[in-house]
Amino acid sequence: MKKVKVFITLKESVLDPQGQAVMQSLHNMDYQNVKDVRIGKYIELEMEDSADVAEQVDAICDKLLANTVIENYRYEIEEEVHS
Amino acid sequence: MKTAVIVFPGSNCDQDMYYAIKDGLGEEVEYVWHAETSLDGFDAVMIPGGFSYGDYLRSGAIARFAGIMPAVIEAAKAGKPVLGVCNGFQILLEAGLLPGAMLKNKHLKFICETVHLKTENNETLFTSLYKKDEIIRIPIAHGEGNYYCDDETLQGLRDNHQIVFTYDGENPNGSRADIAGIINKAGNVLGMMPHPERAADALLGSDDGLRLFQSILNHWRESAHAAYTS
Repeated sequence: MKKVKVFITLKESVLDPQGQAVMQSLHNMDYQNVKDVRIGKYIELEMEDSADVAEQVDAICDKLLANTVIENYRYEIEEEVHS
Repeated sequence: MKTAVIVFPGSNCDQDMYYAIKDGLGEEVEYVWHAETSLDGFDAVMIPGGFSYGDYLRSGAIARFAGIMPAVIEAAKAGKPVLGVCNGFQILLEAGLLPGAMLKNKHLKFICETVHLKTENNETLFTSLYKKDEIIRIPIAHGEGNYYCDDETLQGLRDNHQIVFTYDGENPNGSRADIAGIINKAGNVLGMMPHPERAADALLGSDDGLRLFQSILNHWRESAHAAYTS
């Protein structure tokens, strides 16, 4: 089994109103040194081993997990360790 | 004219859409459940507002892969009128039938109010009964109606007159170029955040939305007549 960790972030060119609201809150809490906040998504997939896992994850991200008009994604594939 | 209203789990404007067409327009209309796979026999397709699949992942993202969607895409490619309102607009964007994407409203609030729209393009099958630049009153109700597209896409929308409605006065959600509704290049797929079906009867405070459905009907009658006489 593989564990796939997918990180989805808004593209640089896209304004993040949620991030701006969180940053405002941090400034209100006196963390004036926080200069930007961007909120994204983290998704974990458990997948059976196959030769083309990476290819499949690319397709899964392109088709469903991310909207590439506004979002970028990256992922890490790890060997699932069972205790 | 026989119209399909697609119903997803979480659709909540399907009945409003149904009655706008049945009572407002006086035409035949049927609900089509999302798991169906055919739209044979329908002349027009409506994707109503709501929160399909709870807006999980992104608004419209999961609905885009529902069983009925290949038939919706086929109907769009065949030139049938396809109207997506609110969540329906979000689904059309996710399906790639319209360009761009939706972001959360600029001020993060869910906005439910009647707004003024400017009819930027009255030469579409959806807007032929409006005047050019006519201001109409239609309600909005959304948390993610902040339309986004890149500069190149926006230029394309402008060059092809694909911007059909813009917000007149204050832009409620921060959408690019005040966009409230856009149409595809072929001119048969319209997505809009405001709800014409909620303004289809004067009793509801405005009947400015009814002419949108009447425009579709006129177009259908004209094309049916053209097919009959040719």
